[in-house]
Amino acid sequence: MAKVVTAKKACVVNPLKMSQPIGGALAFMGLRGCMPLLHGSQGCTSFALVLFVRHFKEAIPLQTTAMSEVATVLGGYENVEQAVLNIIKRTKPEIIGICSTGVTETKGDDVDGYIRLIRQNHPELADFPMVYVSTPDFKDAFQDGWEKAVTRMVEELVKGPVNPARRDPTLVNVLPGSHLTPGDIEELRTIIEDFGLEPTFLPDLGGSLDGHIPVDFTPTTIGGVGVNEVAAMGHAGWTIAIGEQMRAAAVALENKAGVPFRLFERLCGLGPNDAFIAFLSEISGRPAPLKYRRQRGQLIDAMLDGHFHLGGRKLAIGAEPDLLYDVGSFLHEMGAHIEAAVTTTHSPVLENLATEEVLIGDLEDLETQARGKGCDLLVTHSHGRQAAERLKIPFHRLGIPMFDRLGAGHKLSVGYRGGRELIFAVANLLIAHREDNHQVAPDSFYDSRREWANDSGAAIATVQRH
Amino acid sequence: MTSLSATIKDVFNEPSCAKNATKSEAEKKKGCTKQLQPGGAAGGCAFDGAKIALQPFTDVAHLVHGPIACEGNSWDNRGAASSGSSLWRTSFTTDINETDVIFGGEKRLFKACKEIIEKYDPPAIFVYQTCVPAMIGDDIVAVCKAASAKFNKPVIPVNAPGFVGPKNLGNKLAGEALLDHVIGTVEPEYTTPYDINIIGEFNLSGELWQVKPLLDELGIRILSCISGDGRYNEVASAHRARASMMVCSKAMINVARKMEERYGIPFFEGSFYGIEDSSDSLREIARLLILRGAPEELMERVENVIAREEARAWAAIAAYKPRFKGKKVLLITGGVKSWSVVAALQEAGLELAGTSVKKSTREDKERIKELMGQDAHMIEDMTPREMYKMLKDARADIMLSGGRSQFVALKATMPWLDINQERHHAYMGYVGMVKLMAEIDRTLYNPVWEQVRQPAPWDRPGDSWQDRALAEIAEEEAEIAADPVRAEAARRAEKICLCKNVDLGAIEDAIREFGLTTVEGVKEKTNAAAGCGACAIKIEEIFEASDIVGLPTDAQTIAAE
Repeated sequence: MAKVVTAKKACVVNPLKMSQPIGGALAFMGLRGCMPLLHGSQGCTSFALVLFVRHFKEAIPLQTTAMSEVATVLGGYENVEQAVLNIIKRTKPEIIGICSTGVTETKGDDVDGYIRLIRQNHPELADFPMVYVSTPDFKDAFQDGWEKAVTRMVEELVKGPVNPARRDPTLVNVLPGSHLTPGDIEELRTIIEDFGLEPTFLPDLGGSLDGHIPVDFTPTTIGGVGVNEVAAMGHAGWTIAIGEQMRAAAVALENKAGVPFRLFERLCGLGPNDAFIAFLSEISGRPAPLKYRRQRGQLIDAMLDGHFHLGGRKLAIGAEPDLLYDVGSFLHEMGAHIEAAVTTTHSPVLENLATEEVLIGDLEDLETQARGKGCDLLVTHSHGRQAAERLKIPFHRLGIPMFDRLGAGHKLSVGYRGGRELIFAVANLLIAHREDNHQVAPDSFYDSRREWANDSGAAIATVQRH
Repeated sequence: MTSLSATIKDVFNEPSCAKNATKSEAEKKKGCTKQLQPGGAAGGCAFDGAKIALQPFTDVAHLVHGPIACEGNSWDNRGAASSGSSLWRTSFTTDINETDVIFGGEKRLFKACKEIIEKYDPPAIFVYQTCVPAMIGDDIVAVCKAASAKFNKPVIPVNAPGFVGPKNLGNKLAGEALLDHVIGTVEPEYTTPYDINIIGEFNLSGELWQVKPLLDELGIRILSCISGDGRYNEVASAHRARASMMVCSKAMINVARKMEERYGIPFFEGSFYGIEDSSDSLREIARLLILRGAPEELMERVENVIAREEARAWAAIAAYKPRFKGKKVLLITGGVKSWSVVAALQEAGLELAGTSVKKSTREDKERIKELMGQDAHMIEDMTPREMYKMLKDARADIMLSGGRSQFVALKATMPWLDINQERHHAYMGYVGMVKLMAEIDRTLYNPVWEQVRQPAPWDRPGDSWQDRALAEIAEEEAEIAADPVRAEAARRAEKICLCKNVDLGAIEDAIREFGLTTVEGVKEKTNAAAGCGACAIKIEEIFEASDIVGLPTDAQTIAAE
């Protein structure tokens, strides 16, 4: 059981956290033909655009209501209306997803009211899909924005209630958390389909941000789940929610259309995937395909090979709650000790992390703790690179943003294969780091032993580590 | 806020800006901010611009006062390089929460300054205002003043909240912060007759260091670079320089001009992109320094260095001639604004596709720059199909453009090179141009293009998306060609003004109907050229193309027949 503590500083140094409107915007990018729209100053959008372009290395659809100082003070109805009309004229989207920001929330713009008014004033838009989510920058974090946006999509777009007799047991809804990559979504799609089930992902970044070459090109999202497919989610036999952040959306779906859900807090590691495969077997009535029996064996083999390297490692990890809990727990199960854990926002899963304390803080906190506790493995997003350089310890990149390496969209952590890949990536990193920095020299042991003789057992650990 | 709006007004009324000088009083009042279109806008805000302009000061703590979005979503995303401190890459923000929004964030800001000084002890803190604290009335100027007094350390307010305007306004507001609070506050340890300021150079990818060795060799000292690889004490003593060079077009023209006004430091606008521009800039630096009392022999030394460097660079570039023979470049940029990039491309034997302008007069240069800027605008909206066609039509082998068209170009499997500011390679000075040629060569001859253009095994011959696209386009063109009414409609549908969405037909009609003879007239009647103004030359071309005033349109003629 971990104690969850909030950092008490006036100044955040090297933020781990990103704002919730862009978490919401990313969720909207998993809808087909969507144009996400941030209701705020143009900078709110341009920073998000740069961030996602650098992460995914793809063109990113994202627009702004371009609030000026005067518009902000007077209220943004005209800007929202004009933005919606312009987007529809210029990009012909199937849906527009709107997130508020700090500026417009400080003023208190009633965007739900604006949308009603737009529909009134432009009858041709009476049924045009628009989903609004309130996401002030000065509250919560990226993951929360995603959570709220998906919940709102369910509330607005899923048709219900559905006659339980008409439910199709082969249809499965999947609500993935923001910590899953497009590659993770593709992996889950394959696994679920291999059980003869037909999954609908909401949102489906695997369809939109997987880096495919489109036959024709639209300024909106190029793939993802369609509005009509979301509407039909009420007919599914089950909903699978991945990550605690998706509980609210799963509950909303159950309330609206009566679809029962099963929430998987984790999908990285052996135990979580055993539970997942067992569940798919149960709801499909099919035994696990041979492929997964083999993959399970491969994961176990990788765990055995990898534990030599990961066992006893002192881990400093910074990530959003669900990602922290998922990957942090798996590394713990591989024998690493979570010495420092920093996250961005509250979540019930944090208490269950196998460490003493989880800090809601920043990368300065993580760096300080890592130094103080002699950590020898850093896991966080790309902004950890400066800390890793100063700490001179191996650094595994995890989460958004990952702007200084290729393939961020295809990093795999789910399924038996995801665990196997993660072990290889981290273990290889540790091996390379040792080869580069810790070659044994004639005096390596002499110095350590002298410390050992004079000092306590601390030096033993040093010898063992290297 | 009154002082901020006064500053903005002052910044807009820039006498050294040629564009501004030609405006009417009413236009001047409106300022040079392009009215943003909700749902159709792109680009950063004033805060972004201010931070871009100042963050390359390496030893300063840059503290962003606002909610997490402004800093948390954007930090450490610029490729400026430092030869010393890395503090500029450390991110500081007050990350204000709901309580601060209600009760005000000034106390948190003051405490944040205290924490930074205790932990990092920088020579100065720059405090950036953002929209939310500006709305709730946090007075950062007062907080900075109090913090400066209390901690005996310069704490500089940079008042450029995002919603006051776009990035270029932010650049200028950042300049105002330097003028108001920094420049002239410290005396340099010593001065020389060879001290210069470089204003508006951010040392992206370390490109300043492609030029600095030449200045070092000539004994010219960069007293202060604003702001690439800059240090607080340098910019604070920038008022003792003998001359200034202003780069990056007009980003910080206010700083250059006001330093001339206040301290008598003459400046020129120059560039180190391209061989000719580099030479011109070196000469101009020498000229101004000599004007301010440096020994005249400086010019001779400069000429010697120029002769040596030019000879080396041209020789290196000439080596690419056989490789580049017959290769065509499509150059589309509003970014690296230099004619001499074109000159260097031509010198290396590359042909420029899409532009027919030969290097001659200054006007021609301006013209090609503006045209390329327009095209850069347009290309962002292109589909791969259209892009593919454009490349086919232009018979181009490689495209050079800004990062925004990157993914469209790559998805059209087109060799592409980034020559705008997000690029990873440094292209400044003489070595920079040679580097650019090397990069073009590397890109052009990469066998990957053949690979990625292979049809998929399930494609039948002639059935790839590329083939289909070309077939569809050819079909459409044939249909149009066969139908004069449609052909005329297509001709008239050509977009002339991209900002205000005005097509050729509307402009021609207005010219006929009102007997217009000037761009101003067209602007008044159609709103064309009322945005960025770059299409003014296209409108002039319409006037030049034929004497259309009073003539019936082709469509009318056809209809009459």
